[in-house]
Amino acid sequence: MITLTHYLVLTGILFSIGLVGVMRRTNLLMLFFSTEILLNAINIGFVAVSKYYNDLSGQLFAFFIIAVAASEVAVGLGLLILWYKRNGSVDLNSLQTMKG
Amino acid sequence: MENYLYTALFAPLASSLFVALFAARPKMLFTGIVASLLIAISMIASFVLLIDVNTYGPLHVTMMDWIAAGNLEVPFGFVVDEVSVIMMVTVTLVSTIVHIYSIGYMDHDKSFNRFFSYLSAFVFSMMILVMSDNFVGLFIGWEGVGLCSWLLIGFWYHKHSASWAANEAFIMNRIADLGMLMGLFLIYWTVGSFQYDEFFASVKTMDPTILTTIGIFLFIGAMGKSAQFPLHTWLADAMEGPTPVSALIHAATMVTAGVYLVIRCGELYTLIPDVGFAIASLGAFVAIFAASMALVNNDLKRIIAYSTLSQLGYMFVAAGLGAYWIALFHLMTHAFFKSLLFLGAGNVMHAMHDELNIKKMGGLYGSMKATAILMSVASVALAGIYPFAGFFSKDKILEVAFSEGAYFLWFALFIGAGLTAFYSFRLVMLVFFGEKEYVKYGIHPHEAQPFVIYALLPLGLLAVVAGFLEHTFEGFVTRLLSQYEIHIEHGTETLLIAATLGIALSGIAFAVYMYRRGGFSKAWEERFCYKLLSNQYYIPKLYELYIMRPFSALANFAWQKIDTKVVDLTVDLIAKMVYSTGEKSRKMQSGNLSDMLRWMVVGMVVLLILAFVYRPMV
Repeated sequence: MITLTHYLVLTGILFSIGLVGVMRRTNLLMLFFSTEILLNAINIGFVAVSKYYNDLSGQLFAFFIIAVAASEVAVGLGLLILWYKRNGSVDLNSLQTMKG
Repeated sequence: MENYLYTALFAPLASSLFVALFAARPKMLFTGIVASLLIAISMIASFVLLIDVNTYGPLHVTMMDWIAAGNLEVPFGFVVDEVSVIMMVTVTLVSTIVHIYSIGYMDHDKSFNRFFSYLSAFVFSMMILVMSDNFVGLFIGWEGVGLCSWLLIGFWYHKHSASWAANEAFIMNRIADLGMLMGLFLIYWTVGSFQYDEFFASVKTMDPTILTTIGIFLFIGAMGKSAQFPLHTWLADAMEGPTPVSALIHAATMVTAGVYLVIRCGELYTLIPDVGFAIASLGAFVAIFAASMALVNNDLKRIIAYSTLSQLGYMFVAAGLGAYWIALFHLMTHAFFKSLLFLGAGNVMHAMHDELNIKKMGGLYGSMKATAILMSVASVALAGIYPFAGFFSKDKILEVAFSEGAYFLWFALFIGAGLTAFYSFRLVMLVFFGEKEYVKYGIHPHEAQPFVIYALLPLGLLAVVAGFLEHTFEGFVTRLLSQYEIHIEHGTETLLIAATLGIALSGIAFAVYMYRRGGFSKAWEERFCYKLLSNQYYIPKLYELYIMRPFSALANFAWQKIDTKVVDLTVDLIAKMVYSTGEKSRKMQSGNLSDMLRWMVVGMVVLLILAFVYRPMV
């Protein structure tokens, strides 16, 4: 039997993977993937809890996040392509012109 | 009649503000003329008020509310009664003449306009002081007078001695004002109001201890303004200011304020005769103490300054013994002849190119007859010779002291009268008669401009005739002030008058006799008593040694040890900490997105931990 706990553990594992990706990756594309993993980890959590409480607002929120994530990726990928055209690289370390 | 009151009060302010517009410009003659005219208008309004008060009685107006906070209500209220109207007339009369005189005296000064602005502000402050119907207004005027005296004594601020003297006067007055303030607080505490009428209505039912304390505190304030011992040193040093200012300070606008305060609070001081007697004793002491210092001084203006000090002592004797109208009378007559003396001295100074040492003058009668005659008249009045003004008022004070049974005070004043006559004529003899010492210094003295002399004539006239107004004056002021009965038999009284006249005349005769023969021998200057007197009893030295030096040592200690080592260090440490924290944490902002994301994760983790630690207990 798969219980809520299993879902939440899965959420936690996915979230951690995403977090590590965000912290370690220097390729901008991979960074996008990592943020997608983070967002979808949370989505799983929302849906699971929503099912558990029989409350639809959790699933609604998941849809909302998917929509926001899609538009974010659209904008982000556009900028990324522009950046690649200009610099020929999507490495994070090349993106340091505003050093404090 | 209110309009006359406001005219009298605000014409000097208008004058001051108008002239202040041109303060930074080079000399403009019209500023002096406008200022003199406005002060003259104030004088005319004061005279109208005098007649009005004489016919219809006192005038009391409330211009507007000023402070209304909680139970404290202080209006801008003014009262013109028998006492304040006399003060107003005296002040404005002397001030008008001083203003006109200053047009001539300050002729060559490049700050001509500024001078008139200050001078009028001085008059305005004094008018506020005497006309206010409550203690707060009095205090505002009191401080205004202090401020203007500072501005005017230090008028030639580029001279170190002048700015030093200005600061001395200001600081001495601040010390005394603390006493005054304490008195005012105590009045408010016990009466709950600053209005004169409410205060005097309740003094009879008040606790004598509190009354005594109030009386002492108010008198400390008066001591500072009227330069009584031990706060007297500023008055002689204030001679650094231009001479018209000295005339104004001594005759009208400053030192008389203390006497006015005691007279105004007469109802308070009659209830505490012990304090009154202490005031009288101090007055008698100062009368003889200051007169003795005037005996040997060689500075033209300082001699006159010491004589003011001594005459203020006389006024305080009268006021302290309860003869308030006599104190006010002496204040008025003294204002006339003392301002005349100072203004005459100003003429002499101009003639001598600002030389003040009377030993370097002599024989000036030949070149400046009018000034010589006016100053001699003023000196005779000061010495108290019949029928000049000083005779009537000073003699009354001696009679008061005698009639109160204070024979010791009487004797001090009696000796003081002799000394006064001597030093006045020592001055006249050394300046106007005898050998022409100035020839040695290559000075060609000349008489002042005619309009200056004409301006002095009213004062000369008043110095002669003011004494005959005695009974009119008495009848007028005693409507408000308590009547004073002199209990001396007629025979004794005649004898006393004769004795006083005698000692004054012999003082004059002695001075004339000695300085005809060339004065005292040089040997006198080596004696201890001469040195003691010419060094002003070493009091300025004592002050310097035992007050100023320790104080500046303490101030230095506080500056170098406490302020820089403790206070500044603490403040600097805090600043340095903030600065170094910023310097160190600046490295966080590397501009690398990866680093920022890691910091974000760190922040998130910290927040999560905090959320866990401080989770709501179920």
